[in-house]
Amino acid sequence: MQSKSRTPEQQTTASRRNILRPGRLHYGWYVPYLFVLPGLLLYVLWMLYPMFYQFYISFFDWKIMPGQVSEFVGLANYERALADSKFWLALGNTVRYTAVTVVGQMLIGLTIAILVHRVVVGKRVFRAIYYLPVVTSWVVVSFLFQYIFNSGRAGLINYLLLDVLHLISEPISWVQRPETAWIIIYSLGIWKGVGWAMIIYLAALQGIPREIYEAAAIDGADLWRQLRHITLPLIQRTSLFVLVALVIGGFQVFISVFLITGGGPLGRTEVSLSYMYNQSFNKLQFGYGAALSYILALIIVVVSFLQMRVFRGPEVEY
Amino acid sequence: MIGTRTQQRNLNIVIIAVLCLGAVLALGPMLYMTGTAFRGQAYIQEIPPRFVPENPTLENFETAFTSRNFGRAFLNSAGVAVATAGLVTLLATMMAYGFARFNFRGKNLLFYSMLGMMMIPGVIFIIPQFMVARTLGLLNSLPGIVLVYTAGPLAFNTFLLRGFFENLPRELEESALIDGASPLTIFWRVMVPLAAPAVSTVAVFSFLGAWDEYILALTFLTDADVRTLPVAIANFRGVHATDWGLIFAASLTAVIPNVILFVVFQRYFVQGLTTGAVRG
Repeated sequence: MQSKSRTPEQQTTASRRNILRPGRLHYGWYVPYLFVLPGLLLYVLWMLYPMFYQFYISFFDWKIMPGQVSEFVGLANYERALADSKFWLALGNTVRYTAVTVVGQMLIGLTIAILVHRVVVGKRVFRAIYYLPVVTSWVVVSFLFQYIFNSGRAGLINYLLLDVLHLISEPISWVQRPETAWIIIYSLGIWKGVGWAMIIYLAALQGIPREIYEAAAIDGADLWRQLRHITLPLIQRTSLFVLVALVIGGFQVFISVFLITGGGPLGRTEVSLSYMYNQSFNKLQFGYGAALSYILALIIVVVSFLQMRVFRGPEVEY
Repeated sequence: MIGTRTQQRNLNIVIIAVLCLGAVLALGPMLYMTGTAFRGQAYIQEIPPRFVPENPTLENFETAFTSRNFGRAFLNSAGVAVATAGLVTLLATMMAYGFARFNFRGKNLLFYSMLGMMMIPGVIFIIPQFMVARTLGLLNSLPGIVLVYTAGPLAFNTFLLRGFFENLPRELEESALIDGASPLTIFWRVMVPLAAPAVSTVAVFSFLGAWDEYILALTFLTDADVRTLPVAIANFRGVHATDWGLIFAASLTAVIPNVILFVVFQRYFVQGLTTGAVRG
């Protein structure tokens, strides 16, 4: 890439103000592309092109076996999705999962962050322990929660509820009923995500100058008021970031449901992605799956956008 | 938050107590898993459940590594994760630098398209990606899955690194230019070393992303000899009865790299996560 043709003087005069300033082409027009192109190729091939290709597929009764002809069906896949009660059930389940786990993760994550921020010993150890579930894989923790919530008296949770806390009189078959199956899925989602919210909030709390609290304490503000009127307003932007990121994450719920309940009993715990996946790769209705994907992607983009518009209040500074 | 002195002392005790309780909840399931992995035949759960097995044994680990291509899956996953981490790191760093320091045709369009793509769940394009992989003969191919794994997180990591590069002073590059360095030399010798913390973060996160990925692997890699670790673990689950000791011995093996990377790179984890947050 070395431009050997240039003399040192040319380089010197060109450099001082111009070379790296955007818009000045002293480095040869192709140089930016050298940096961007390799990644761009992969991005286009595996993300951008699939995005358009998927749109195309969604208008067909798509066949993947060689020799079969895919039939153009217009908007039929979309019409079918709108009338598909199982899809709406799955979407509703996803929304409920997102609502429950996002609120849970934010409240518990913020609480732990405040406590870890204030703790006098073992700050780093606590931070590491709470973050550990975040770095473990979904597959592993899904099996782990399935095991902990095993039916029968030997399941850890049943044992705790029955023999230790005496809250129930007989063991619960957690995956047999949707209501109890959701408890597994929800608690896993919250348990695995709390550490992430905590880390983000902790960083925000560390950015608030201590003097503000000292001044407030002198003015007689109790802890609750300090939280209410100093901490929460100052971490508002962080909360927005956490909210948006967690909602996006919530909509991605898939592996835990796929492995723990398999969508059962009777499809009652199906979520939107697992439903889309099953329609495509188990029932081989790729055209329909593509339409479902598009509807989901659209919903996620709109929801994320709305959150940013609605919750981005005026910025609070100190 | 600050209160009076006695209030403060009591508060400290309460805080530690609550945090310890929470730590038990966070860590308990993992410890229980570890205990089960070292237990013998675990088709049947014990009553009462034990966290520490009576006669700890490595039997489950032996069974795991000698059966059903688990060792092979471990190596497959390691290769895929290392290759993905290397490729994501290289390509995202280059792209980020390109976005941060140069102007070129279509830059904004490309940048915002990548930004928008960050919101969309990774598996949403699994159908067309599957078709593309099939057309290119990349199903049941480990290099093929590396390419898909690389393309997915590219947008996010480019965004993260771009912010980092933009905050570096331009003077360094300018003086390197005066010394006659080419843009590529400047990138490689000056900028990448300066961005090392952020670059390491990207490498660690993309390693873990590929190491843990399940759905694409399940769909793209169906032959036994290209299976990756998460799929191999899931395959240990029995149709009627599940040998939990075996599952968790395999799981523990799979989780160890995560824990080691987290402990070693803890600082970078925090930095990498909060970069996005601070930028809002």
